[in-house]
Amino acid sequence: MTPLLSLKNVSKTFGHGDHIVQAVRDVSFDVMPGECLAVVGESGSGKTTLANMILGVFGQSSGELWFDGKPLPTRRTLEHRSAIQLVQQNPLSSLNPKRSVGASVRLGLDVYGIGSPSDRWSLVEAALEEVGLPRDFRKRPPAALSGGQRQRVAIARALACQSRLVVLDEPTSALDVLVQARVLRLLNDLRAAKGLSYVFITHDLSVVRNVADRVAVFKSGQLVECAETGAIFENPREDYTRQLIGAVPVVTREEIELRNTLATEGQT
Amino acid sequence: MKRTLVILLRNPLSLIGVILVALVVLSAIFADFIAPFPEHRGSVVDFVNFNKAPNATNIMGTDLVGRDLFSRIIYAFRISLVLGVVVLAIATPIGTLVGLFAGYVGGKTEFILMRLTDVFLSIPPLVLAIAMMGVLEPTLMNAMLAVTAMWWPWYARLVYNIARSEREEGYVLAAEVIGASTPHIALREILPNCLPAILTKMTLDMGFVIIIASSLSFLGLGVQPPTPDLGSMVAEGARYLPDSWWLTVFPGLAILIAVFGFNLVGDALREILGADQ
Repeated sequence: MTPLLSLKNVSKTFGHGDHIVQAVRDVSFDVMPGECLAVVGESGSGKTTLANMILGVFGQSSGELWFDGKPLPTRRTLEHRSAIQLVQQNPLSSLNPKRSVGASVRLGLDVYGIGSPSDRWSLVEAALEEVGLPRDFRKRPPAALSGGQRQRVAIARALACQSRLVVLDEPTSALDVLVQARVLRLLNDLRAAKGLSYVFITHDLSVVRNVADRVAVFKSGQLVECAETGAIFENPREDYTRQLIGAVPVVTREEIELRNTLATEGQT
Repeated sequence: MKRTLVILLRNPLSLIGVILVALVVLSAIFADFIAPFPEHRGSVVDFVNFNKAPNATNIMGTDLVGRDLFSRIIYAFRISLVLGVVVLAIATPIGTLVGLFAGYVGGKTEFILMRLTDVFLSIPPLVLAIAMMGVLEPTLMNAMLAVTAMWWPWYARLVYNIARSEREEGYVLAAEVIGASTPHIALREILPNCLPAILTKMTLDMGFVIIIASSLSFLGLGVQPPTPDLGSMVAEGARYLPDSWWLTVFPGLAILIAVFGFNLVGDALREILGADQ
């Protein structure tokens, strides 16, 4: 099977002269269609730089990115842009406070010319419905929504673009635990229903266990370990991975039970 | 709407501001009906009644050629407001566009646009206007032009600063990742977030434009006689102080009312729109 996204020896340096910072160093990995790859690592390990290169916010310094069997240029075509979407960490800032929720979701449809202009509002409403929000939320300003609802809008915005790969940049770390579990559940459902691939960036390993098929562990811009989720947790090969797993805060039994109930019962 | 009323009623100064501005604007609009001697806005000479102190017929007295001061002040409000509105209607969009693109696009665009703005900002405004009026003929039109030329950089600066901080917001990144065009991001995404500050500044500036325009005509560089203008009325009367005090005191008070009113409304608007958040 052709990988959906492929990174081949990708590096990124910032600055020049004496102030060179190597943010990402010789990284290679694949993301298969329908797969969720978690990218974990401490702050400053190059996770967000990696996300920005995948999204085409800036180009790589060396190495190659491939998408669906073809090289991915730094200057993205609209097809590339619509296929690779982003959900950000902070739903407070990722939606324009002065525009309605619907206008934010619609932007991609307008840019990519999805649907006829008269149909687009109903497509927007359908996208909102897909993430479990009522259709009439379209006209509301983001300020009228809770954090979890805003994050759902951000997910709807990414999905409305008919994306195939979604870069999730710490999508749940700004949400409280209960809402986190619901959003994760939604992301899992959407992935199964639409055959999406995720690059799930997080520093929260307890989240990883619930959603990821494979885990890529980053340390100072380098990929130190990349393996199946179960293998990473049960048999970490690298010291650093062990440290990361050891750093997971111990959660109470009630909390674990609550998360499991939510995850299995399909409460949204 | 309810919040607006609450803010207005809670702060008596805002209410006074609204009343003063309403007074100025309404008298300017309905000048023809309010002024007791509408024809006195032009070159009328009535030597029998010249330089009269305030009395029952001329509540603010008459000027040196016998024209009713009250009537002339009301028509002068009209000139001042038209000037203010025209200046801001031209200066605000220019300054906003310059600041918006400089702040969002950054790089060379930012450097060129903002250095140009700095050049304008470094010249004392009144001096720039006086220099322009020295070259151009002193007419209402040119006065507007001169004031506009010195006004837009302030909007460029204001919007530039807001746009620079908005550029870092997640919604801008989201629009960029989607692939929205630069004009779309600048005008549809960032501009709406600048509007509260722009509107507040416009209201505050109405007062300042009136002062600057009055200063220009006080120096004889603005609106020319016989058109009534608050600044030139003060200038004419200044020679006859303190005996004919009404010639300067009433136009001066009129300037004060207009400027004070717009300032208070501007402050209230800042609170209502939450521009200082």
